[in-house]
Amino acid sequence: MAKTLFDKVWDAHVAATLDDGTVLIYIDRHLIHEVTSPQAFEGLRMSGRTVRQPGLAFATTDHNVPTDNRLVIADPVSKTQVEALENNCKEFGITLYGLDSDKQGIVHIIGPELGLTLPGTTVVCGDSHTSTHGAFGALAFGIGTSEIEHVLATQTLPQAKPGTYKVDFTGHLKPGVTSKDMILKLIGTIGTAGGTGHVLEYTGDAIRDLSMDERMTVCNMSIEGGARAGMIAPDDTTFQYISREDRPFAPKGEAFEKAVKKWKSLPTDDEATFDREITIDCADLAPQVTWGTSPGMVMDVTEPVPDPSSVPGYNRVDVEHALTYMGLTPGTPMTDVAVDTVFIGSCTNARIEDLRRAAMVLGGRNIAEGVRLLVVPGSEQVRRQAESEGIDRIIKNAGGEWRFAGCSMCLGMNPDRLADKERAASTSNRNFEGRQGKGGRTHLVSPEMAAAAAVEGHFVDFREWS
Amino acid sequence: MKAFTKERGIVATLNRANVDTDQIIPKQYLKSIKRTGFDEGLFCDWSHRADGSPNPDFELNQPRFNGARILVVRNNFGCGSSREHAVWAIVQAGFSVVIAPRRDRNGSSVPAFADIFANNAMKNGLLTVELSENDVDRIFSAVGGHEGLEASVDLEPQTITLHGTEELVVAFDIDPSKKSYLLRGLDDIALTFEHEDQIAQFENRHDMQMTGA
Repeated sequence: MAKTLFDKVWDAHVAATLDDGTVLIYIDRHLIHEVTSPQAFEGLRMSGRTVRQPGLAFATTDHNVPTDNRLVIADPVSKTQVEALENNCKEFGITLYGLDSDKQGIVHIIGPELGLTLPGTTVVCGDSHTSTHGAFGALAFGIGTSEIEHVLATQTLPQAKPGTYKVDFTGHLKPGVTSKDMILKLIGTIGTAGGTGHVLEYTGDAIRDLSMDERMTVCNMSIEGGARAGMIAPDDTTFQYISREDRPFAPKGEAFEKAVKKWKSLPTDDEATFDREITIDCADLAPQVTWGTSPGMVMDVTEPVPDPSSVPGYNRVDVEHALTYMGLTPGTPMTDVAVDTVFIGSCTNARIEDLRRAAMVLGGRNIAEGVRLLVVPGSEQVRRQAESEGIDRIIKNAGGEWRFAGCSMCLGMNPDRLADKERAASTSNRNFEGRQGKGGRTHLVSPEMAAAAAVEGHFVDFREWS
Repeated sequence: MKAFTKERGIVATLNRANVDTDQIIPKQYLKSIKRTGFDEGLFCDWSHRADGSPNPDFELNQPRFNGARILVVRNNFGCGSSREHAVWAIVQAGFSVVIAPRRDRNGSSVPAFADIFANNAMKNGLLTVELSENDVDRIFSAVGGHEGLEASVDLEPQTITLHGTEELVVAFDIDPSKKSYLLRGLDDIALTFEHEDQIAQFENRHDMQMTGA
């Protein structure tokens, strides 16, 4: 029978079929961070259980990391959480890329960097943006703390098979339009629950054109469309990324050649069918900006702030609430909306290519007066690479702040937060109320759009501006 | 895990769609390494004003909802972050059932609850009930017209009974494996260990290092 990419990975990981038809899915890679794991380790201790495969679990510290001086955590509660991870990893024999490691970083950035994320594998993490790893043709999804404990103890998860959903991005992007705009457009089209219960597969010319860094941005935000996982079939772009010397956990030499042969059998068979399909044309796609408090509240930068009665998929009361929170008036052109802060970072857009693109915009320019620009690389490896290319100097010369790696202002668990009513252009993934700081107003955009907003002090149509 | 069979209690309503887990429990509560104390954080950005005092405009702060055990919300509840702390907060604040509607959009049905939230809820014995929009509207209006309205949610017959001036019974569907899991309240790690031989056999034949072997 013809199979999709998802079917192939799923079928290859069924360790047991249970009486009720659900299965135990075997987990190849279990990524761990400090926020969602302490109660899982505590559960193991309380029940006297051990970690079945400590060699398949990898941990890092990311959410609480102060990005100005990462070795000194002033907040005692954050410090306790970070220390708990260090102790748990030591006790259970799990590799940790901690605060003092040169490989530390946001968990979804270091997994691919280290060669831990590979095609055809299953990857889980107690973090909804685990969908990022699907860019390699892995089945990767976020789990809760009870499930973390389950994976630690058994290396499996009981799962019901989700539906399949093909998202075909046709055409080719115009200059100045990015993979961030593709995924935001999709979420605006299907809504934030449009993919619930499904695994997305992204296909089409516009996907094939993308680099791995760009593909990861697409898969990262699958969860914002309700889908726990989003996958892209591996191809030469994927293999090239994995073949780099500095990916210690990826197969090398003959083992790599053998692996590639196997990975080439992963793409969806021609005759395979999906439970749902949608096509998004990318040829005339405009840069996207969110205007509300849900990632589905998004529009072309050329449009005005919408009227509450005219937003498909949202109730009037929810739109009114969102506009009030955001301090926006219907009819205002988005390019008139001024920003206080620009955040370039997060597991969505803090890879080296994201920073290079931001630096292209900022080179030889100054950020607008009164605007705060925060650039936070996704990992320490990305930070060092960027510094070797002079990206840090470009950002500092433009008037921006250059930081150490961490989740930072994406969710403000560290000291980087928005103040009440402060408005931000952010390359992160969630514009939820209070996400970046209580009362903070978030507009999600691409790195180019964010950098241009920092220079002008308000949003611009990057296609024309550059 | 605590089993769920039936619950009777006051019904509270929160008239918002797409309530995300950042809203259910804001970030500052995620730093705890304990499993308790999350009830304080439940909806705290909405339930408190900037000066920290209770916000009288927040629906769930109405005295009529004091001690409520059943929470009724709108579509796509629990979207966003995977934080299980959201479920812990709801349970620790005294709720044992959350009811939300599925919704039709572009000809397909959008589930009432986000996937990860629904999973986390099940693992904690919190029953999530998905109804039609029409049925949820009926519950909203019944609660609106009857202060202190109580309901009984009974998992075995899959019914919700509203104890208003007249009794109103609403039937619900639930996945049979989820139902059985909740009714039995078993430790699912122990259940998985019953298949340990199969897991070990899988490990023997599986390419554990992903080298293409």
